[in-house]
Amino acid sequence: TSAFMAAVCCRGLVAPLGGWFWAGPRAPFRSVGAAAPLYDVVVSGGGMVGSAMAAVLGHDIHFHDKKIALLEAGPRKEYDRVPDSYSNRVSSISPGSATLLSSFGAWDHVCRLRLKPFRRMQVWDACSEAMIVFEKDDLDDMGYIVENDVIMSALTKQLDAVADRVEIFYGSRAVGYTWPLPSHSCVTSPWVQIELADGRRLQTKLLIGADGHNSVVRKEAEIKNIEHQYDQSAVVATLHLSEATDNNVAWQRFLPTGPIALLPLSDTASSLVWSTCHEHASELLAMDEESFVDSINSAFWSNINHSDFIDTAGAMFRSALSLLKPSGSAVRQLPPSIAKVDPESRAMFPLGMGHAAEYVQHRVALIGDAAHRVHPLAGQGVNLGFGDIACLAHHLSAAAFNGSDLGSLKHLLKFETERQRHNVSLIAAIDVLKRLYSTRLTPLVLLRTWGLQATNALPPLKVRISVY
Amino acid sequence: RLTAKRLFSTSHSSVDSAEMKKFQLLAHKWWDEEGEFSALHSMNDIRVPFIRDTLLNMSSNYHLGSPLSGVKILDVGCGGGLLSEPLGRLGASVTGIDPLEDNIRTADQHKSFDPVLAKRIQYKSSSLEEIVEESMETFDVIVASEVVEHVADLEMFIKCCSQVLKPEGSLFITTINKTQLSYVLGIVVAEKIMGIVPEGTHEWEKFVPPEELEHLLKSYGFSVQTVNGMLYNPLSGSWSWMESTSVNYALHAVKAGAQGHSSPTGALSELESEQPSATAGT
Repeated sequence: TSAFMAAVCCRGLVAPLGGWFWAGPRAPFRSVGAAAPLYDVVVSGGGMVGSAMAAVLGHDIHFHDKKIALLEAGPRKEYDRVPDSYSNRVSSISPGSATLLSSFGAWDHVCRLRLKPFRRMQVWDACSEAMIVFEKDDLDDMGYIVENDVIMSALTKQLDAVADRVEIFYGSRAVGYTWPLPSHSCVTSPWVQIELADGRRLQTKLLIGADGHNSVVRKEAEIKNIEHQYDQSAVVATLHLSEATDNNVAWQRFLPTGPIALLPLSDTASSLVWSTCHEHASELLAMDEESFVDSINSAFWSNINHSDFIDTAGAMFRSALSLLKPSGSAVRQLPPSIAKVDPESRAMFPLGMGHAAEYVQHRVALIGDAAHRVHPLAGQGVNLGFGDIACLAHHLSAAAFNGSDLGSLKHLLKFETERQRHNVSLIAAIDVLKRLYSTRLTPLVLLRTWGLQATNALPPLKVRISVY
Repeated sequence: RLTAKRLFSTSHSSVDSAEMKKFQLLAHKWWDEEGEFSALHSMNDIRVPFIRDTLLNMSSNYHLGSPLSGVKILDVGCGGGLLSEPLGRLGASVTGIDPLEDNIRTADQHKSFDPVLAKRIQYKSSSLEEIVEESMETFDVIVASEVVEHVADLEMFIKCCSQVLKPEGSLFITTINKTQLSYVLGIVVAEKIMGIVPEGTHEWEKFVPPEELEHLLKSYGFSVQTVNGMLYNPLSGSWSWMESTSVNYALHAVKAGAQGHSSPTGALSELESEQPSATAGT
């Protein structure tokens, strides 16, 4: 009102001076932000990672009287019974991720719906005989192959269980974020303002960005992202095996064009993840089903990329290793052969890597692909996201029990340090592996052949990798 | 009413006007976590859990989601509300008093954006003596953190605490010891060398040794349960507990119960009756 009065007075003064009308700058409109509902935490993005984050907080005892909101652009996803056919988007869930999911009751739902444990991982090169096998000594499950839809359904159920604390906005997209000024200049609202596509407004003390590798939260917060598009796309499909088998092994072969992986879904079905160059990926999608199946079998069985030189060098190294370490190489199993592909199950999506320079800012935290994006060759993507959740939830829970301001950088930085320390080396290693295996150049093939053989023979190194 | 106030308080109040002038200049800087009050902000990391856990240990009926729900707390010398707000977030009903109006204004403004806190916390520009009359035995807990080293009349301060506290209520004090070490670290290093605390904030003469405080508390019917040393690490900007109380320390005392019994946990009090009481308390 005072600005309005000043404007009137101004005009009143100027008018007598020959009636020259000066409109002057309009006073800034002080928005009635206080009307927008205030949440303690808003999670932007209702995928596997965003939904799990909201569910973990919703089930946390120290968040008992807090208000959480989850924003998801898509519709609600849930089913009571799994459809007969398998979805072509699956994830390899590590035991650590399974522990997180069971901590708030979601794993029970997954088990009741559908999952496939695997005991062994065999990884080998197309250009040599080099191979590495991962398995746990006690024959425990190394991991689980679960359809993404199954995970989402389980998460939705557990979110329903805490509906009094977690409010989910389906079909809602955030179109704008307004960041607060630093806390001590407290004349305007200290909270993050969120504007939804339908015009609704929310305020929050902490905004968690779980909105994927093209994160809007990250972009709006002006957090630098180191990103790189690979010249590869992943082709996924649901495959049927020639004959039923225990199928508890995950297979991955590094072809020069990219790794091809077979992830077990059941005794008769497996999921395909084939990373290859864009042109080849399009070809694979376009070809008829028989040719597609032939390509897959050939990729796993053909030795066309071997060279005598590499084979000999590899064999020599292997016998040298067996002198030093007699039990140093595991039995080579043969991957299953494919008979049929599920019609309509073929799809492709482009691959890239990304890493945010910062995971947190005042009142903002990034988790999952919004913070880091990796190549699927190591099956780590969603597990890194679940690891982020476990760490962030731990720090937020402690902060809530201390009565702290949830958006305070003090504990957010602890989360960032812990996760960056864990993630950066893994993300870099995956990127290096991707590049190392994308070549036929002899020296590099030799290097990775010997490297793989040596790693396979050295238990401590193998254990470290599989425990990651 | 004015007359009654003058009769009630003795010749001087516990508020020191020179002290008030010092804090007046800093009234707007309370909520800058990296500013002049950064050490107080980080002190929350140990003093809030200390208060919370002590109270939880004494109670059998609480919910971990809102651990201080139902507890009425008086935050004496609340400043900008740095301690009142976390206590409010944990569920307590907090009354924050501070003689400096500017501090109260800052505190009120800061809490106003959070509707939950705005309801749970009430701020009042007042000295402790001024609220005694209307608040006899009103509070479950009194918190006087980094305050007693600034008051003019410590004895009156303790007496007033006793009057507004319910029987068996808890009193939490954090303050600075009066030792050579506290002079070196608390004044020379903290104020003059490293600027951890604005210069002139503290006067060594007014520091309170724990023995003197304990003696004073006992004479007003309190039983001292815990005394813990605190240490500030200027490099990490964080506080931790330590054995020695030579510099900073925190103290928890319990007011005698209705029949003159005090809670059985911890140190013996000279005022305890011959039969050990079987009251609640752990």
